Amino acid sequence: MRVALFVPCYVDLINPEVGVSVVRVLRRLGVEVVYPEGQTCCGQPAFNSGFFDEARGVARHFLDVFERERCDYVVCPSGSCTTMVAHYYPFIFKEQPEVRERSEVVGHRVREFSDFLVNVLGTRDLGARYEGKAVFHTGCHQRRELGKLEEPRELLSNVEGLELLGWRNEELCCGFGGTFSVKMPDVSTAMADEKIRALEESGADTLISGDSSCLMHLKGRLRRTNHDTRVYHLAQILDGNFGKAG
Amino acid sequence: METSKPPRQRETQDRRREGIVSEVEGFNERGRGAVRDQELHDSVSLFTNKAVAARNAVLHALPEAPELRDRAYHIKQETMANLDRYLEQMAEAVEARGGNVFFAKDGEDAVRYVGDLARRKNAKVITKSKSMATEEIELNHRLEEDYADLDLEIVETDLGEWIAQLAGDTPSHIVGPILHMNRRRVAEVLSGAAGEEMPPDVQALGTFARKRLREKFLAADIGITGANFGVAETGTIATITNEGNARLVTSVPPVHVVVMGIEKMIPRFEDLSVFVQLLGRSGTGQKITVYTNFVTGARGEGELDGAEEFHLILLDNGRSKLLGTEFEEALYCIRCGACLNVCPVYRQTGGHAYGSTYSGPIGAVITPLLKGTKEAKDLPHASSLCGACWEACPVGIPLHDLLLKLRNRQVEEGVRGKGETLAFKGFENTMKSPALFKISGKVGRVAQKPLVRDDSVRPLPGPLSAWTNSRELPPLAEKSFREIWKEGI
Repeated sequence: MRVALFVPCYVDLINPEVGVSVVRVLRRLGVEVVYPEGQTCCGQPAFNSGFFDEARGVARHFLDVFERERCDYVVCPSGSCTTMVAHYYPFIFKEQPEVRERSEVVGHRVREFSDFLVNVLGTRDLGARYEGKAVFHTGCHQRRELGKLEEPRELLSNVEGLELLGWRNEELCCGFGGTFSVKMPDVSTAMADEKIRALEESGADTLISGDSSCLMHLKGRLRRTNHDTRVYHLAQILDGNFGKAG
Repeated sequence: METSKPPRQRETQDRRREGIVSEVEGFNERGRGAVRDQELHDSVSLFTNKAVAARNAVLHALPEAPELRDRAYHIKQETMANLDRYLEQMAEAVEARGGNVFFAKDGEDAVRYVGDLARRKNAKVITKSKSMATEEIELNHRLEEDYADLDLEIVETDLGEWIAQLAGDTPSHIVGPILHMNRRRVAEVLSGAAGEEMPPDVQALGTFARKRLREKFLAADIGITGANFGVAETGTIATITNEGNARLVTSVPPVHVVVMGIEKMIPRFEDLSVFVQLLGRSGTGQKITVYTNFVTGARGEGELDGAEEFHLILLDNGRSKLLGTEFEEALYCIRCGACLNVCPVYRQTGGHAYGSTYSGPIGAVITPLLKGTKEAKDLPHASSLCGACWEACPVGIPLHDLLLKLRNRQVEEGVRGKGETLAFKGFENTMKSPALFKISGKVGRVAQKPLVRDDSVRPLPGPLSAWTNSRELPPLAEKSFREIWKEGI
């Protein structure tokens, strides 16, 4: 099994430890991992802001890079960036059948990390340990466009010492929404506060997600409001790599 | 209890009057105010949490709900593809049952028709049941202004709408018009109407409202309703309510006027079985609402009830220009309000922050579409694109995708700021070039050095302050993933 790693731009620059954990977990499972170095970003920031032409420019670059890579799957530690490629590339190339077809071919190979582990490799238990009570935040793309709700939970349920708690209105968005977080900062922050209230009520000491962007938002608000909740990406928990909190 | 004091009227903006110029530009600003209003937040949370829980429970108990949703979508799709034909069929059916049909190009047309009718009938009192279409065209206000000489008394009879009317307020939710008011505020408003202080006691307030509204029902010369559905095949108007007020509005006065948005059309009577099952469940979490009324034309010979005169106003007001476009799905909406209840943005701000008749995700979509994309520039951005609206929509409208398309429309129309446009051009150029992307990362790392403290970037001036004012910003890592990869993992 040969996998091309798709590391979202903000993970590359801000949370590289998440990418490192993904590599280590995959290798532990006997997967050959390659990292196409020409990769940059999937184009989602431009797309979400309505700049479709600019997003198409970036998307074409993405397709060029990943089409060249000989691999069985493209694996990405983000439900959101996976959705951009698998779901929204065909959407923005609707009028360009040739590119659309290319995007569909690549899109079929792209898998979100937990989806790949559970549904492709059939792995549910990585033998990981973590001491703590955690809530899991499912990113909205992961929840609704990808519909992969159970996979991360299954993986976490097999982590020794980790108690996975439910939390109130867990389906609510964290309020990040890309440029939404700076266009509507007050509403965005109020949305984070609602999540944080639910987190407090749950009694959890750890917040886990499969999307570093949601975590950046929630952690940014948690720290500003003096919460010391531990914050990790799913890959870090499965890897047992807690050197630096995600 | 401070019963000896006269009722205190809280200073409120008259949103009904202000509504004429509907300031849709400032969602950000209005949202900022709304999220700081704890009373508003409590009221909105109470309503939306209850509505979502009830909806989920009742839909989970209906195994065929996904199939119904799919059918509803396809019925609407087919309706819109043939809307001209169905409108004609509807008009013929209504006329065959002794009714009058009027096609109103816009709100002005519709107001003129109602005003002229009121003049001809020498009407004094008009009762109305809740109708978003008449809110959209500001019917009450326009009649009061343009037909001031008639001195009409127009009375909303849906309890929430009536309270909003008394308070000089507008509905903040499609289904729960005054969910932004708590019991204490309602008591204040009704005390004003009663001329004496009333306690915030639901029973007492309800009794007062019932007594006062009964007088109006009996005195009405004209009754005006909206339509939840209009059946082309039979010319039937369906109104779905919980208070029974629509029944008194349609059957007591001698004249019944329906203002129906043309998108409320469905082809066949049997299609109602799909939509009625979905509407109550999605809107209020009820299997079926308390009253489901079907009115077909005027009172026929030998019939015991119904108005003597029946007028159907088919309102376009910007709808038909969406037909056949990438935004057509916005017309499939059945106004259940489910997308508002689940929307994490609406749940923080309530409906008035949208500054338009329709709020929440559907409001953010149809307001710019009906008014023109240059009119409500902020609304397509009043969403984190989480997709909860699409998931909750009983007709399966991809609301978040429509918001994305609206954002793109703004870019194409050149209404977005120069700074943002340049920034995304720069983004594209950087991301198309791995070398440039790598260099940008390195430059950023050097530039941030004096600003990083305790694993966080210090609060920044300029555009990034929108983030750092309320949240910590993580710094760029000392080594990027690609550098770590090169060194070996």
